Amino acid sequence: MTFSEMLNIGLMQGFAGLSLFAVLLLMGLGLAIIFGQMGVINMAHGEFMTIGAYTIYFGSTLASTYAPHLVAYYFPFAIIAAFIFTFLVGWLVEWALIRHLYKRPLDTLLATWGISLALQQIFRTFIGPKEVSPTLPDWLLGSWAPTEGLDIPINGMFVLGLTTFVSCGVLLALHKSRWGLRVRATVSNRMMANAIGIDTKKTDRLTFAIGCGIAGVAGAAFTTIGSTGPTSGSLYIVDAFLVVTFGGAASLLGTVVSAFGIAQTQSIAEFFLTGSMAKVITLSLIVLILMMRPQGLFASKIRR
Amino acid sequence: MKHHSDDKATNLSTADVGRRRMLQALGVASVAAVGLPGVASAQTTAQVNTTNLAITDTEVTVGQLHSATGTMAISETGAIQAEQLAIDQINAMGGILGRKIKVIKEDGASDWPTFAEKSKKLLINDHCAAVFGCWTSASRKAVLPIFEKENGLLYYPTFYEGLEQSKNVIYTGQEATQQILYSLDWAQKEKKAKTFFLIGSDYIWPRTSMKIARKHVENFQKGKIVGEEYYPLGSTNFGSLMNKIKVQKPDCIFVAVVGGSNVAFYKALKAAGITGDKQLLLTLAVTEDEMTGVGGENFQGFYSSMKYFQSLDNDNNKKFVAAFKAKYGKDAVIGDVTQAGYLGPWLWKAAVEKAKSFDVNKVVAASETGTIELKTAPEGYVKLDTNHHLWSKSRIAMGMPDATFKVVSESPELIKPNPFPKGYQ
Repeated sequence: MTFSEMLNIGLMQGFAGLSLFAVLLLMGLGLAIIFGQMGVINMAHGEFMTIGAYTIYFGSTLASTYAPHLVAYYFPFAIIAAFIFTFLVGWLVEWALIRHLYKRPLDTLLATWGISLALQQIFRTFIGPKEVSPTLPDWLLGSWAPTEGLDIPINGMFVLGLTTFVSCGVLLALHKSRWGLRVRATVSNRMMANAIGIDTKKTDRLTFAIGCGIAGVAGAAFTTIGSTGPTSGSLYIVDAFLVVTFGGAASLLGTVVSAFGIAQTQSIAEFFLTGSMAKVITLSLIVLILMMRPQGLFASKIRR
Repeated sequence: MKHHSDDKATNLSTADVGRRRMLQALGVASVAAVGLPGVASAQTTAQVNTTNLAITDTEVTVGQLHSATGTMAISETGAIQAEQLAIDQINAMGGILGRKIKVIKEDGASDWPTFAEKSKKLLINDHCAAVFGCWTSASRKAVLPIFEKENGLLYYPTFYEGLEQSKNVIYTGQEATQQILYSLDWAQKEKKAKTFFLIGSDYIWPRTSMKIARKHVENFQKGKIVGEEYYPLGSTNFGSLMNKIKVQKPDCIFVAVVGGSNVAFYKALKAAGITGDKQLLLTLAVTEDEMTGVGGENFQGFYSSMKYFQSLDNDNNKKFVAAFKAKYGKDAVIGDVTQAGYLGPWLWKAAVEKAKSFDVNKVVAASETGTIELKTAPEGYVKLDTNHHLWSKSRIAMGMPDATFKVVSESPELIKPNPFPKGYQ
């Protein structure tokens, strides 16, 4: 094997790690907001992602049935639709259920798990048990090949771009906007925040809905990688919780670092060992580190 | 009438029945003979049923045990539909031994203990004469001890890893050697493939299949295996694997990735620039059912090895496809297992008619004569071997952009099933 070939493989392998990082981060981000900031264990996170993915599927079906010439353009709009749609569902769920359970965190686990099962059955009954995948626009398929032997996946670049955009947006909003200020105040001391006139109930609802909306965007982005079925959500949920817990529940930066660490370990181990073995090594490492640092990589410095 | 009673006498002397049941049988037989002289030529229920199965003068009860819900519902729905279609068609022809088939449907819910429990219900409570069911090897292994203990009869439709032969199971899909050896030989002869990269999902069927593939390539073809990889079920992360393939540059990628992972796997290949015009890829697990999810644009130019494809050009298949679409809608697709499911009720009918009895022991004995055959099978002619598996042809087909398959190669003769291959274990 020549040097340039090795260089190409190295570059592609580096990108494989990066794109796995993007996937994990996008998965964990919505959960980090809900679980990290509000302490709600949202077991239905995966199903909110599935809702986002189905939104893309409907967008694609609509576009190819009614406006075939628009198939190349529907995707960005469908992602926005996925955000809005899951945001609204999240808003509704918070209003109907979650707000009654803030004082009983373990019950939110049970309640959201119930929602997750109910949503799965709704998908199965009304959309169908078969896995679907939307018709993607041509510009999202295939690879970008700047030189011979170097293929960078376009869907990977797309997910990476989207993740960067969403993460920067969330970080900026959390630290620069009024909403972010209210969220941070509520997280650090709910009673005091209430006392100085912050409507913590409204903040909670908005936060939960935004977390769900981001889950929807994640689900939408993953249609470029895999398929969507009624139980797809349960495939994502474990990884999402892994990323958030490992990073330290209350820290968004922790989520970023943890996603990066897990992705690189997994991807490098996969290259030199087998896929299943890589998973074993990654998970064992996580268990070891969590035994030494139960609070995760980045512990929050605030008192609850 | 004389012939009639002779028949009865042999039945009773050979079958292992108690005195009480014998008297019952005699009673029923004489009532039928006296009360209904018009149907004296048809066999009485007591004659065709000496083991207390759920059979009346007009009806025979069978069970159907698949996952209508859960993760396997995607794959099993086709088999459920095809078995029902076959049963409807048999009933329209007048049923079996003058009795219409009544189906009790049970849902295994993609959960193996549930499969075991439901099979107990079908055999012990419902006394089903036969059961059509199961899809994954795990579900088959879960119900197997129950079928053997209760002496039930299961028709199992999936292509599977072999290494099994139960008295109480008839396997209507291909066992591993039928599917694998032909396709590897095709890759070697037609495509000059010498180096192979094996990729599978991480459970019993892909691992056993790849073990057979490795032995065949290394010991018989004198080729080389340059990689062997397994990924967890449902995995969607294949980025590193693509680079490993590029490092090894195999002549042929040999795949047994199943279920939802399929879609992610072929999308990853496309995204890595590994496409059908540059790379030979042969899979054991993409049928028309999976193609609807994978999408023609991602599988274009790759090859699938099966015994049946919906596009097969023969009269049996045209009739079958037309009947299937008439019943389940014009967009319905038919995969390999769906067709194998359709064979089950017909093979059972042939065996029962040969045995002139619904008794499991007699039906199995008839099935083991090696003379049960179907000339009307959609895949073409098939016959049942004495080892409970089917003789069938193997076929290789190329994926087309519109998500259909074009058959490019077909074994000239029926391939003998060999569930315990020598030199491959």
